[in-house]
Amino acid sequence: MLEIRSLSVTFTQPNSEPLLALGPLSFDIPPGQFVCLVGPSGCGKSTLVNVIAGLQTPTTGCVRLEGTTMRGPSPRVGLMFQNATLMPWRTVRDNVALPLELAGAGRAQRMEAVDALLEMLGLTDFANAYPGGLSGGMAQRVALGRVLSQKPHLLLLDEPFGALDALTREQVSFDLLRAWRREQQTVLMVTHDITEATLLADRVLVMSRRPGQIIANIPVTIRRPRHPEDAFTPDFSETAREVRAAINRA
Amino acid sequence: MQLPLPLIRLTRIPVRYGRRVAPRSIRRYAGVITLGLMLLAWQLLVMSEALPSYQLPAPAAVWAEFVDWLSTGRLWPHIWTTVVEVVSGLAFGVLFAVALGYVIAHSPLLDDVLSPMIVALQSTPVVAYAPLLVIWFPGITSKTITSALIVFFPMLMSTVVGIRNVPPTLIALMRVSQATRRQMFVKLEAPAAMPVLLSGLKTAATLSVIGAVVGELINGNAGLGHLVRLGLSQYDIPLVFVAVILLAALAISLYQLVSALERRLLHWQQFE
Ligand SMILES: Nc1ncnc2c1ncn2[C@@H]1O[C@H](COP(=O)(O)OP(=O)(O)O)[C@@H](O)[C@H]1O
Ligand SMILES: [Mg+2]
Repeated sequence: MLEIRSLSVTFTQPNSEPLLALGPLSFDIPPGQFVCLVGPSGCGKSTLVNVIAGLQTPTTGCVRLEGTTMRGPSPRVGLMFQNATLMPWRTVRDNVALPLELAGAGRAQRMEAVDALLEMLGLTDFANAYPGGLSGGMAQRVALGRVLSQKPHLLLLDEPFGALDALTREQVSFDLLRAWRREQQTVLMVTHDITEATLLADRVLVMSRRPGQIIANIPVTIRRPRHPEDAFTPDFSETAREVRAAINRA
Repeated sequence: MQLPLPLIRLTRIPVRYGRRVAPRSIRRYAGVITLGLMLLAWQLLVMSEALPSYQLPAPAAVWAEFVDWLSTGRLWPHIWTTVVEVVSGLAFGVLFAVALGYVIAHSPLLDDVLSPMIVALQSTPVVAYAPLLVIWFPGITSKTITSALIVFFPMLMSTVVGIRNVPPTLIALMRVSQATRRQMFVKLEAPAAMPVLLSGLKTAATLSVIGAVVGELINGNAGLGHLVRLGLSQYDIPLVFVAVILLAALAISLYQLVSALERRLLHWQQFE
């Protein structure tokens, strides 16, 4: 269970007014739920993600994960950004293995876990390649593999597929869904794409303009497992329209 | 004979599609051909008698001088002295610069405190205060110090730039994975800064030779710089040429060594 309680972030900079960037906001995500967060640009989505990841301390309020209050980064939380930010000096395999390596896992254990992930993401043939030559979609798959290898209980994704073309984005997001079905992590994914949010999530949260607050909480009832074709069902259209209406009110 | 393809190259050449590239055979021997043309120009200049031969000796005369010094065993101690000065100067200069640069990159306060002093030191020509060093420190110590000082600044800047330019998202990722300080350095900062560090090291390698020679030209009784001074004082110009060419060879060898290190450590760059 992820609990966000009266969280707010104010940026104070010399020579300028303090800026309330986010909140105060509260919401919960039950274990294993896939939540998408949409909202206007600059409303504080990335700030929220950074706070939950423990990279930034909130000005007020707190984040609790599985009953304990978060103080700083935790290996239970995995983070993925819009750009893949792979290490160009490491091969695909070694990039995916990074979190395990940092956690001090043995070589055999690392290889086993990583090979399974590479297989699942269709990266086996690229295992020994360097990221430099990879396409955007492939690079983002490697980044996905890297965050999954950490086996996080909570997966934070900040517009992870925002830089990909539509077809690639669909493929990689369904890779993500497959991985999620296997591990049942709690997922909080920021996106600016209404179709993507509706197609992937159990629930869509909509944020207002800065300072961002939750202004809508829209459950998605399309049954799982989901398929790209679900985007053509009446259920989908209705939910997507609801999300759009909420964004227009933001 | 199999020559390494880029005999000397300033930086990696980016791949540009549609660009016409000279055939490999020409590129392989380009360095040798340039060298040959330079020798030819030198010979022609001597034959034109623009300068009297006691001022500009022919390549053959320089070669004879070289063989004479080498066969009598007088040359090696001088080469060795300069090599020791250069290598120790380079090592100390790089070591201190990288250590201090790393600390400065992480501490804005230290940056504010030390920067004025470092910039002042860098702005004062080493050549101007090297005589003082030569008085203060006897023997080759002063040459090592001059060499280290000249190497210090470019290496310091490379380190600071290299460490400060580590992508912030990678730092965030390492922090989320709870990397220790040590892991942060070994697995992220060092490899991420390596391209900038190595290109700084290339500059430093050639500068280190200049540093040592400056010291030797001022005072001392050994080293290739000393031979230059000796040759000039005795109007033995072929000896000056021998020393200068050997110094160039030393600098080029160091540069090549760093280039080889670069190709080894940064082999992943060819995939970008
Ligand atoms: N480190 C910071 N210092 C000052 N202001 C910031 C900082 N980070 C973000 N902001 C501001 O906070 C607001 C929210 O930013 P962000 O969370 O990146 O928005 P989003 O991800 O929703 O587009 C923006 O107005 C941004 O300019
Ligand atoms: Mg953002």
